[in-house]
Amino acid sequence: MTALLTIIVLVFILIAIWQMVKIFDLAQAKTVNSQVATDKDNTINGYLMMGFLAFIYIITIVCFAKWGNLPLVSNSASEHGSTIDNLMVISMAVIFFVQTITQFLLHYFAFKYKGEKGKKALFFADNNKLEAIWTIIPVIVLAGLIIYGLNSWISIMGVDESDDPLVVELYAQQFNWKARYAGADNTLGKANVRLIDIDRANILGLDEADPNAQDDVITTELHLPVGKPVLFKMRSQDVLHSAYMPHFRAQMNCVPGMITQFGFTPTVTTADMRQTPEMVEKVANINKIRVKKSQKLTAKGGEALENYEFDYLLLCNKICGKSHYNMQMKIIVETQEEYDAWMKEQKEFKNSLVVN
Amino acid sequence: MSAHEDTHAHDAHDDHGHHHKETFVTKYIFSQDHKMIAKQYLITGTIMGVIGVLMSMMFRMQIAWPEEPNVLFEALLGKWAPGGVMDADIYLALVTIHGTIMVFFVLTAGLSGTFSNLLIPLQIGARDMASGFLNMVSYWLFFLSSIIMVFSLFVEAGPAAAGWTIYPPLSALPMAQGGSGMGMTLWLVSMAIFIASSLLGSLNYVVTVINLRTKGMSMTRLPLTIWAFFVTAIIGIVSFPVLLSAALLLIMDRSFGTSFFLSDIFIQGEVLHYQGGSPVLFEHLFWFLGHPEVYIVILPAMGLVSEIMASNSRKPIFGYRAMIASILAIAFLSTIVWGHHMFVSGMNPFLGSVFTFTTLLIAIPSAVKAFNWITTLWKGNLQMNPAMLFSIGFVSTFITGGLTGIILGDSALDINVHDTYFVVAHFHLVMGISALYGMFAGIYHWYPKMFGRMLNKNLGYIHFWITAVCAYGVFFPMHFIGMAGLPRRYYTNSNFPLFDDLANVNVVITLFAIVGGIVQIVYLYNFFSSIFYGKRATQNPWKSTTLEWTTPVEHIHGNWPGDIPHVYRWAYDYSKPGHDVDFVPQNIPLKEGEEELQH
Repeated sequence: MTALLTIIVLVFILIAIWQMVKIFDLAQAKTVNSQVATDKDNTINGYLMMGFLAFIYIITIVCFAKWGNLPLVSNSASEHGSTIDNLMVISMAVIFFVQTITQFLLHYFAFKYKGEKGKKALFFADNNKLEAIWTIIPVIVLAGLIIYGLNSWISIMGVDESDDPLVVELYAQQFNWKARYAGADNTLGKANVRLIDIDRANILGLDEADPNAQDDVITTELHLPVGKPVLFKMRSQDVLHSAYMPHFRAQMNCVPGMITQFGFTPTVTTADMRQTPEMVEKVANINKIRVKKSQKLTAKGGEALENYEFDYLLLCNKICGKSHYNMQMKIIVETQEEYDAWMKEQKEFKNSLVVN
Repeated sequence: MSAHEDTHAHDAHDDHGHHHKETFVTKYIFSQDHKMIAKQYLITGTIMGVIGVLMSMMFRMQIAWPEEPNVLFEALLGKWAPGGVMDADIYLALVTIHGTIMVFFVLTAGLSGTFSNLLIPLQIGARDMASGFLNMVSYWLFFLSSIIMVFSLFVEAGPAAAGWTIYPPLSALPMAQGGSGMGMTLWLVSMAIFIASSLLGSLNYVVTVINLRTKGMSMTRLPLTIWAFFVTAIIGIVSFPVLLSAALLLIMDRSFGTSFFLSDIFIQGEVLHYQGGSPVLFEHLFWFLGHPEVYIVILPAMGLVSEIMASNSRKPIFGYRAMIASILAIAFLSTIVWGHHMFVSGMNPFLGSVFTFTTLLIAIPSAVKAFNWITTLWKGNLQMNPAMLFSIGFVSTFITGGLTGIILGDSALDINVHDTYFVVAHFHLVMGISALYGMFAGIYHWYPKMFGRMLNKNLGYIHFWITAVCAYGVFFPMHFIGMAGLPRRYYTNSNFPLFDDLANVNVVITLFAIVGGIVQIVYLYNFFSSIFYGKRATQNPWKSTTLEWTTPVEHIHGNWPGDIPHVYRWAYDYSKPGHDVDFVPQNIPLKEGEEELQH
């Protein structure tokens, strides 16, 4: 019933707007003789163009002032992250320079050369020199960006196995993550979804006969020792997922039927990250928002929200179904000792199987 | 001047054999006349556009106010919003169908279908398309695919919801997602028919442009609109069949148990038999069309904008040859950049390097185009008609949106903003809003040619200015939440306290989106009421040089009542020194001693 009423109300609102437009339309039927722009239209719209230019500049400034501290730039927690951040800052600088100038020229010309009856435009069809200039300048700028970008890309994606990285498998399924550590031998055991045996708690399909699999450790939280290179091997058991770790500037899809990889070195422990002034401010701000939200919730008889404390996260960033929006895993970066202590508490694969 | 001003009597066209008696059905429904088919495309595209925009308003409300029951959801979504709270599955379906409808049904068929059909014969001086019959079939296939797509919204388990890119396995397995059952089947059938329609249309456009140009209309005298439509059609012919094959292979995987895209899957407690396929193969096939597709959308808009800007600036388009060269360069590059959608898909990083290189190259012809448009305005005598405003708006959003492509095309930077709202902001500005502006510009400019009446300009001004402010209001702040790491296609962000400080940005965006959506009513009113009550158009209201304005206002079969005009000059003789008027139509012979611009 409410649905029907809502639709009726909606239809009425639409009709009302339609009729208002119609009144506007009819009201000027007598005054407007031509539907072609007159000098007056040209003048008004010329000034509006300048107004719009101001609007573009203002919205840029407001966005930076209000939300400029949100972006993940210059606070990366991985070794390669600062390369990406630098490149990002340089690219942004180029973009804003070009944006400011071209938008100015576009809107200013629209204002300056607004039409007048009897005026004649300049017959200016071509100028090879000008065109050469604005072909060559982008070529040079882009060449710089391409070289910088490709160098960064190659160094990020090229995994140096000689560093003896910690090998960790990220295993995705609808809608959660698991991490599998390679154990003392630092070699992941063979696995395939066809070997999954839920009754024996072999949930990742490890090959029980493979000696490398015996000491593998499967966890639901991702712990990483700070300063040690990690090589992630990604696997998915059902649909595409994407392992997105924004604070580490890391992302790679998890593809059923193949193993993908991404490596990085975490540089800031969770504890240290929580102490940085930017993070303290951000968390305080978020908690202020949450307190406000909680007041609304409790007023309605709901539960208050928990206080937020910063943690690194692994998010799913490839549409994967109904609960895609809540597919996450906590990442904890800690000192080697803390990591070792945590690892000691975990069960090795061979001991985690259910014997029946 | 007299040659193009005179209007021949209606009966003068009897001699070219188009004078069979028309019934209502042959005139308005199964018409083979390109002008009527253009209108059919436009109106179908408009209806699909209304559906697509309504969907976006709904999911924007969900993102802004995720916890609140919304009486609109309850009314419009029925069982998918119990108690007014939107279901997560239908959220993904709305996003998916919004993307599909806007990209294919509005900005491909609605834009290219409308203006290629309307303008190709009129501007090259042809009686009609090369094959009127194929043209009619093309429209009715498009209509059929639209009906199937809309119908798919009502199936039991919900419409397709795997994103408009329908990556398998999600789109292949009904147990992975409700929408991947009947909804996805209908989506694939609809798209297969759509591709057939698009191919028939494109072939027709190419053949018409090559064969049916009037005497004197050399390729370098063609208006830029025709160049854009011509090259767009070629890109379509090259790339759409690949999407068709991807769709067919996906249908095979879904219905006949093949393993083209699927391998090693364990879902809902059982192992599926698929082995040896790869979803990455699908991504390659999809983006082999998917990326050229954005140029299929934007090139016609560029063509329309070039033409409208020249006409309303009363100046020749600046750098005509460079404009053609950049269209060709963009078209060529567009087919070898698809991998930039797949930097983190698991494909070889070396391939990523190659695609970064080709992708950033495309910025060069794009920059040339932007600078040439700006220079076209310089020292012009700008007539601020609504079409002109939308053209200037087009250049503005094309620059703003295009510049962030430098970040996304750079594989190293893409790692962290891939699939975030940064991408959503980028492509909506550069190909969504821009192409829509190009379409609006075209409609305001050629409405008199289509319907013989004028659109109300003041309503046009209101429409443009509010839309322009809202477009920036929606998509500019969106870059920031993207750079903050917020993934797209999340039904709600409340499971991540990390993103709580983005909630107010999302509210601002949604408010702009709602206003921007509602103001389109002004346009719809203007469009539909002017068909019947608009001021009658004169033959050449904008004082343009191209051939379509030499045809009579009343539509006739065969376009020109007498002989087809011959062409003696290029399309951009605006304000040429030595002439009393500020435009010289293409069918006016050169004066004695007058030189044609050597380009």
